[in-house]
Amino acid sequence: MAISRDEVLVWIKTCAAVLAENCAYLVELDAAIGDADHGANMDRGFRAVMDKMSGIADQDIGTILKTVGMTLVSTVGGAGGPLYGTFFLQAGMKTVGKMEMNLDEWTAALGAAVDGVIARGKAEPGDKTMVDALSPAVNALRQASLANGTLAQALKDSAQAAKIGMEATIPMVARKGRASYLGERSAGHQDPGATSSYLLLKTAAEVWVKD
Amino acid sequence: MKKLINHPEDVVREELEGVALAHSVLVKVHFDPNYIARIQAPVKNKVALVSGGGSGHEPMHGGFVGYGMLDAACPGAVFTSPTPAQMLAATKAVDGGKGVLYIVKNYTGDVMNFEMAAELARMEGIQVESVVIDDDVAVQNSLYTAGRRGVGSTVLAEKICGAAAEEGHLLSEVADICRRVNHFGRSMGMALTSCTVPHAGKPTFNLPEDEMEIGIGIHGEPGRRRMELKPADEIVEMLIEPVIRDLPYKSGDEILLFVNSMGGTPLIELYIAYRQAHQIAIKHGLKVIRNLIGSYITSLEMAGVSITLLKLDEDLKRLWDAPVHTPGMRWGM
Repeated sequence: MAISRDEVLVWIKTCAAVLAENCAYLVELDAAIGDADHGANMDRGFRAVMDKMSGIADQDIGTILKTVGMTLVSTVGGAGGPLYGTFFLQAGMKTVGKMEMNLDEWTAALGAAVDGVIARGKAEPGDKTMVDALSPAVNALRQASLANGTLAQALKDSAQAAKIGMEATIPMVARKGRASYLGERSAGHQDPGATSSYLLLKTAAEVWVKD
Repeated sequence: MKKLINHPEDVVREELEGVALAHSVLVKVHFDPNYIARIQAPVKNKVALVSGGGSGHEPMHGGFVGYGMLDAACPGAVFTSPTPAQMLAATKAVDGGKGVLYIVKNYTGDVMNFEMAAELARMEGIQVESVVIDDDVAVQNSLYTAGRRGVGSTVLAEKICGAAAEEGHLLSEVADICRRVNHFGRSMGMALTSCTVPHAGKPTFNLPEDEMEIGIGIHGEPGRRRMELKPADEIVEMLIEPVIRDLPYKSGDEILLFVNSMGGTPLIELYIAYRQAHQIAIKHGLKVIRNLIGSYITSLEMAGVSITLLKLDEDLKRLWDAPVHTPGMRWGM
């Protein structure tokens, strides 16, 4: 089983819809510990991505993901723009010319994406950021990949790991981003960046796993 | 939400349209990507200054584009850093061949977007230097946070570096002067009320009628502590004492005292605050030889005040006094 180019397009389109649906929720999470713009920024970025979709529908996975990344970098702003932009650009670099991805290839792409986010934002696991959802998701994929698990199970595992990672940000004290200025007061709130990261990976599992 | 707007999504665009109509003698406004450039740009053989940040802090930065200050400003969405695409387009529009200085406030998004823009501009052969302003003493634990925020000193750095660029200094020299302003400038702010981001529709935080937030950031990020409301003289003391201790400013130092409204505090209250800040500065033996009082770096409609001190030397004094002509600051011409 593999993820086809068309399935990647469906994933991106579904992400746009999921982020639009969750716009107010992400804004609310961000208002608690940040500056109340994350939901609106992601929604604006993915609406811009939607405008580009018709132009890349017949391209390879790498071109699709790089276009998503460049569009986010040039439309989102904030911290989310460079971080999610880098995420998709790095995933795109690993999938240049590919019309489909197997488990190992998706693991490599997501691994590069998360490494890119870490390099750009200089956050580590435990800082209460996107990395707390993304890193466990990559680890879950790697474990499944090593154990020769199925792609379907690996995608479900990585979404579940991202969910646990996202929920684990609730008691954390933020050390990066605007939430870090709250110090101890940032504890008790779920990180909006970890939440949007989870939504992207949950959506991947939902659209790519066919029961 | 009660605001003088048409639709939350149109706030930034319509504001820029207003700026374009109001200040066509001084600036030109470029849309998509959005940036405000000085009307004469690019000015040949002058270092160009580019800044930017989220909207909602007006007049910073767009109001500081013009002679003796910025060559371009990139406005993001409200409280959201602009994008590298905006910064790159602005950089190309204003580069006069002597390089471009980015003046960046220390916020995660601003720093990352300006980093990406600088990488892109250098790939196109434009000389770029960045200076990050981080003057907010309210942030005590820089090690476990994103570091001190860039606040009031940014306004002073843009004025002073703009004058240095007009004098014909090299990019490295203008960047050094910018670092000097950041080195000698310190700020702290407070809020009496919250503010409402238009697309959020409700106040960013809740501050009861009888409480205030000391050490607030310019996006409603909380500060050192929340406490019961005090008289102006006590509030000003709580702001200026940590500022004076931080550098520290010493007896005999010549300073610029900047008292800034967060947007919703009227001038009558700013002068009450200035009076006390000036008196405390004198008690410490500081010589207040320049000042700035008004709304320069705001946080939408937030009521509150910030106090910035800048230690002046002969260069900084001369550059501060030099002529400036922008929509938000004008003297000497």
